[in-house]
Amino acid sequence: MKRLAVISGKGGTGKTMVTAALAEIIEKDLALADCDVEASNLELLHPGELISKEDFYGLDISVIDQDVCIHCGECLENCRFDAVEEKDGIYSIRALHCEGCGVCEYVCPADAVSMKPRLSGEIYCSGTGRGPLAHARLTPGSGNSGLLVNEVKKRAARWSNMCDLLLIDGPPGIGCPLISTVSGVDAVLVVTEPSNSGLSDLTRVVEVCRGFRLRIFVAVNRYDLEESVFHRIEDFCSSEDLSLVGKIPFDPAVLDAVRRNIPVTKTDCPAADAVRELWLNLSKELEL
Amino acid sequence: MKIVVASGKGGTGKSTVAANLAYSLIELQSVTLVDCDVEVPNLHLFFNPEPAIKEVFTIIPKIDSDLCTLCGDCGRFCRYGALTVLKDRVLVFEKMCHACGGCMIVCPEKAISECNYAVGRVEDSNPLPGLRLISGFLKEGEVLAPRVIKDAKAAAEGDGLIIIDSSPGIACPVIEAMDEADFCILVTESTPFGLHDLDLAVGVTKSLGLKAGIIINRSDGSDEDVRNYCRKMDLPVLLTIPFSREIASVQNRGDLISEKLPGWKEQFAGVYKECLELCGVDE
Amino acid sequence: MKICVTSKGAGADSAVEQRFGRSPFFVFVDSESGESKAVENPLVNESGGVGPRAVQLISGEGADVIITGQLGGNATAALQASGMKVFAYSGTGTVSEAVAQYKEGGLRQLI
Repeated sequence: MKRLAVISGKGGTGKTMVTAALAEIIEKDLALADCDVEASNLELLHPGELISKEDFYGLDISVIDQDVCIHCGECLENCRFDAVEEKDGIYSIRALHCEGCGVCEYVCPADAVSMKPRLSGEIYCSGTGRGPLAHARLTPGSGNSGLLVNEVKKRAARWSNMCDLLLIDGPPGIGCPLISTVSGVDAVLVVTEPSNSGLSDLTRVVEVCRGFRLRIFVAVNRYDLEESVFHRIEDFCSSEDLSLVGKIPFDPAVLDAVRRNIPVTKTDCPAADAVRELWLNLSKELEL
Repeated sequence: MKIVVASGKGGTGKSTVAANLAYSLIELQSVTLVDCDVEVPNLHLFFNPEPAIKEVFTIIPKIDSDLCTLCGDCGRFCRYGALTVLKDRVLVFEKMCHACGGCMIVCPEKAISECNYAVGRVEDSNPLPGLRLISGFLKEGEVLAPRVIKDAKAAAEGDGLIIIDSSPGIACPVIEAMDEADFCILVTESTPFGLHDLDLAVGVTKSLGLKAGIIINRSDGSDEDVRNYCRKMDLPVLLTIPFSREIASVQNRGDLISEKLPGWKEQFAGVYKECLELCGVDE
Repeated sequence: MKICVTSKGAGADSAVEQRFGRSPFFVFVDSESGESKAVENPLVNESGGVGPRAVQLISGEGADVIITGQLGGNATAALQASGMKVFAYSGTGTVSEAVAQYKEGGLRQLI
C-alpha cells in the first residue's frame, strides 16, 4: 500500500476538497484517513457507517487529593507549566495547562498527587462508499493532537493488506500534527493558493517535508485568482525541483458541491476536470 | 485590551481580519499586532517590516557523563520519551522534551543540568506609525509552537491595545494564544466545513470563559445556517465580508482592504467599538 | 546470547506482538539454554514517547537481539544507538517459532 498525504501549510486552501474529490475518482482500492483531527471535515463529504468508536486518552492529568494535601506548595513551586494554582491555601490543577509530566506527583511529600488518564477525544472507523475511513475528534482545548494523529494513522495502517493506496487528509500548519501526519508516508501533495501567504506557507511546509524521506508534489487551487502569484509559485516549484501536478481554477461549483456535501467531481465543472487531470499526472508519478 | 482572532477551520481569513482591524485603528491609537500563528505566520507579508530578531529557546537536559552512573531514573521518569538510558550513555531526544525539569529533580547524582535549545524566533518591528508588529516563527521541523507563542505574547505585554492572530484548530497553540485575552473574534465562512469547525472553536472559547463574536468572511449571501447558529448560541455577528474577486485580488497581493478599498476602515473601526461594548469597556 | 521478542502473552508459547513500544510483554530467550523470562511492559497504556522508553527497558535487561513487527522513528533512533540488533517478524506464530526462524537466518534485519 502506498501512502499519500494531502497537506497545505496554509489553512483553507482546499485540502479536504481535493482529498474528497481524489477519493471519489481514484479507481483503486482505497483506505482513507482524516488526520486533521482538530477540524475533521472529510466525513462531511464521504459520510460513512460507523464501524468502531474508541476513547482516546492523551497525556495523563494530575489530580490533587484535597483530603491528603498538606498545603506545602511544593507542586506549585516545581510546576513549569503554571498548571497549579493556589486560592486561600487550596491547591488545584488547571486542566488546560497541565502537560502530565508527573513532577508534582514526584515532589509531593504527602502523596496527595496522582496521575490520572485524561479522555482527550474519540477515534472512529467508518465504512464509506470509497473505502474504510479512520478519523477522530479531539476534545477542544486538548494538547495531544499529534498523538491522536498517530492513532488515526495506526487504525488506517491495519487496512494496508487490502488496499492499494492510503489517502490522508492532513492538517494545516507545520507543527506537531503535520509532522505526525507526514512521518512514514511515501508522498505528499501540497495544496496551495496564489497569494503571498500561500506561497510563504508552501515554502515552510516544503522545508519541513525535506526532513523526511518522501516525494513532494504541488497543486495550486484557485490558480487564476492571482496569476502573478501563480507564476511565482511555478518559479518556486521549478527552482526547488518540485513537480507541479495540478492547477485548479476558481469555480463557484466547488462551493456549491461543499454546500451539498458531495465531492466536486460528482458535478460536471471545470474544477472537477482539473482534479481529474491532477490525478492523471500524480498517478503516473506514483506508478499507481 | 487584548483581542484574539481565531477560527476552527484554517484559511477563513483570521490574518486578514487581524491586519485590517489593526490598520483601521492606528490613526486613533497605538496598536500592537501579535502573529501567534507561529507555524505559518503571515502578518509580516502585509507590512514589509524591518524587524529586530530574538531567538526563542526551550530548555533541554544536558547530561554530565562524569557524574552520570547510568542508573536509568531519568529515562523511567520522563513521560515524553525524551531520555533513553543505554548501557554506555544517555540519549536525549530534544524534540520530545517538554522542559518539565523532572529529570533534573529525579537524578540522584545531580548529573543533569539544562541548556538552551532554539525552537523559533520572535520578530519585533514598527512598520507604520502607531503600529507595532510582533511575529512568532516556529523553526521548521520543531513542534513546540506554544513556546514561541508565549514569547511573542510576552514581548507585547504592557502595550495598550493588543490584537492577537491565532493559529487555526482547537489544540494547545490556540489555548496559548487565547490565554488571558479579553475578547475573541471568530472568523468563519458560510460552508458546512466553516460551521462545523466554528462550533468546535466556540467550544474552546466557552471552556476558557472567553467572550466571543463572529465575523463571516467570503460571504456569497447564503449565510442563513451560520446566522441561525449564532442566534442559537447567542453570539453577535460583528461583520460580514462578501466574496468578490476585487477583495480576493487585494488580499492575494498582500494588500489590505481597509487601505485600498473605500469604507472598510470605518467598518473595522466599528467592529472594535462593538468589541469594547461587548466587554463592557468605555472608550 | 539474549533475544527479546515482543509478545502478546507472558511465555515463549505466546503469539508475537507486532507493536514494539506498546507490546504487552517482552519475552527474553537465552539462545544457549533455551530458558525464557517474560517482563510485563509498564508502557502499554502510555500515550506517548513509548519507543525510546521501551528501548531503555530492553537494554537494561541485557538483550543482544530484538525481534518485533514495526518500529517507530524515535524507537529506531534509540535502537541504532543501543548496539542491539533488530529483526522483523511479520508472521502470526509464537515467540519460540520466531526465535527458531531467527536462528535459521530467516528474518530480515531492520537495524
